[in-house]
Amino acid sequence: MSEERAAVAAEQPAVPSALARRRAPLAALARWELLLLLIIVILTWAGTQISKYFLTGANFANLTSAVMEVAIMALPSTLIIIAAEIDLSVESMLGLSSAVLGFLWAAGVPLQLDIGIVLVVGALGGLLNGLLVARAGLPSLVVTLGTLALFRGLAQVILGTNAISSFPAWFTTFGFDSIPGTPVPWTLVVFAVLAAAFWYVTHATWVGRQIFAVGKNKDAARYSGVDVATLKTALFVVSGIIAALAGVILTARFSSARADNGTGLTLTVVTIVLLGGVDINGGKGTIPGVILAVFTIAALQNAMRLAGVSSEYQAVAIGLLLIVSVTAPYFARQARLVSDRVRGGRHPPATAVDPGEVIP
Amino acid sequence: MTATRARPGGGSRPAALLGALARSRELTLVAVMLVLSAFVTLRAPNFLAPDNLDQVTTLAAIFAIAAVGEALVVLTRNVDLSVESTMGLIAFIVGDVLRQQHLPVAEVWLLGLALALVLGMANGAIITLFKVPSIVVTLGTLSIYRGIVFVVANGSQVSLSDLPAGYSNPATETLAGIPYFVIVAAVIVTVFALALRYTHFGRQLYAVGSDPEAASIIGVRNGWVVFAAFSLCGLLAGVAGILWGIEFGTIYATSASGVVLQIVAAVVVGGVAIAGGSGTVVGAAIGALFLGLINNALLLLLLPQELLQAIYGAVILLAVSTDAVVRLRNRRVAQAAAR
Repeated sequence: MSEERAAVAAEQPAVPSALARRRAPLAALARWELLLLLIIVILTWAGTQISKYFLTGANFANLTSAVMEVAIMALPSTLIIIAAEIDLSVESMLGLSSAVLGFLWAAGVPLQLDIGIVLVVGALGGLLNGLLVARAGLPSLVVTLGTLALFRGLAQVILGTNAISSFPAWFTTFGFDSIPGTPVPWTLVVFAVLAAAFWYVTHATWVGRQIFAVGKNKDAARYSGVDVATLKTALFVVSGIIAALAGVILTARFSSARADNGTGLTLTVVTIVLLGGVDINGGKGTIPGVILAVFTIAALQNAMRLAGVSSEYQAVAIGLLLIVSVTAPYFARQARLVSDRVRGGRHPPATAVDPGEVIP
Repeated sequence: MTATRARPGGGSRPAALLGALARSRELTLVAVMLVLSAFVTLRAPNFLAPDNLDQVTTLAAIFAIAAVGEALVVLTRNVDLSVESTMGLIAFIVGDVLRQQHLPVAEVWLLGLALALVLGMANGAIITLFKVPSIVVTLGTLSIYRGIVFVVANGSQVSLSDLPAGYSNPATETLAGIPYFVIVAAVIVTVFALALRYTHFGRQLYAVGSDPEAASIIGVRNGWVVFAAFSLCGLLAGVAGILWGIEFGTIYATSASGVVLQIVAAVVVGGVAIAGGSGTVVGAAIGALFLGLINNALLLLLLPQELLQAIYGAVILLAVSTDAVVRLRNRRVAQAAAR
């Protein structure tokens, strides 16, 4: 019996190594997510050293609500990057959403209706991106760089340099208050619901599998029946809607609608996605990784703020983190090469099966 | 748009047609600019006043220089989003050194250019060594380089009164009626246009952008070419930054924030294909002039400046869409010819 199995194994030495190879990315991801958890623990420890308020419920509410806009925008961005595209326009859609919301509210339109209209604007903006990228076949990098300017420009045309405040209490309460009796901000609930939905769709449905397939090999996906253009268009539409929702949340949190709301947030969104272990070349990534990255960034920003680091330096830290996370896979690859070479040295006859098992 | 620029003298008729279309982008842009100028002149005759023309072309010259650098990078299928931070950093540091030390101006400029080159080399090194997308790396350095400006500035700003007497004069001086900055830009554009067309490096730039695998098969060292493109892009952003400082005299930590959109727009409008391998630095420079003209037209026609950003965005989208249409038509022409 054992000889039989050994013989089979000897005949097909490629099978175990193929299995190992298939398991390797999963293992690597698990390691990556563990690493993020470790970083969060270290940052939490550092936070408690910086300030005794770090571990309080009020600070937890601060820390999370400060990143909820970028957190929800990171979810569709994750899928877009897995599909080997990018959406740089999210920060401007956030600004446009905020400007439209403020404009309509100042014009006397009921706020519930304003929010609905704003989400439609987000969908239309996303549709523009999606059609230009998926139907016209233009590179998403330039298209969304163009709409990055276009959406922000429209926001400025609509609101100029005005700031609209005086929003109703229920709206601003939603923006910066927590569920009574808990340190959980209302906006965190929004993120939790969205994150769960994205987690499910990405990792447990055929839509998710199609997204990964498109990111790994667009042509192969198309030949196996995936409607690549529609899928990508839908991803950009979702990204637009979520960015508009982020605009609503930011307006509520600041209790102020301005055309320049959210300037520079694309950097943070892309950083969160890549820090979460998503491959910038597409085809690889997980929602749980991105969720961990959200809290890593939140803890980092909060620790820096408690330490009195100004927002300009915080942006530098985010930029450095982006470069570290995009180059990390390279170092991981190098480390694996080195360890393979070391192992290869210990077992000179580089066979897939341990020779000791083949010959009893 | 077309890959003909990468292999000149293709000979066949479709190739000749492609060449004509490629050249037409620059000519189209010139024609549009003439029409726009005529229109603006009718509504606001002071458009043609020498002062106004000098100012428009001087500002456009700064952007044209940065756009030439960006074009080199885009030709290799990459993009550099950090140029605006390099411009701001060099503008500020040159101003800062000049107000604190009594050094010859030329030496400080050289120092600024050396620093700019280093910043460009850093981008190029990260991108080529670790084989990571330029868009992500330069999104990071966009904020890192800007952060360095904030560190150096430490809340201060450089005013014209801090700088050597007459420091801003070159911005308004002319030689034989042509503003100094325009002459500088013309020299830079000419040098790079000739280099791209006639030197080994220039042809390698197009080769890498057209087809990286083919380029490496014929012995082009892709990594070095991309590294060189980013280094030169940084250097030219440094030149643009120094001119920016001279032009405005007052330099803030936030100087030149957001201009990357205008620079990329100039490159794309000028007919440099974002997919790499096709386009000219002359086109990029004309694109910069075109955007400067739009800016000036808004001012003179008393239209809201808020429109500017939206127009830049629309212009980028329009330019890349036109590229796609032209590419599609070329493919049909080529297929028809093959039949």
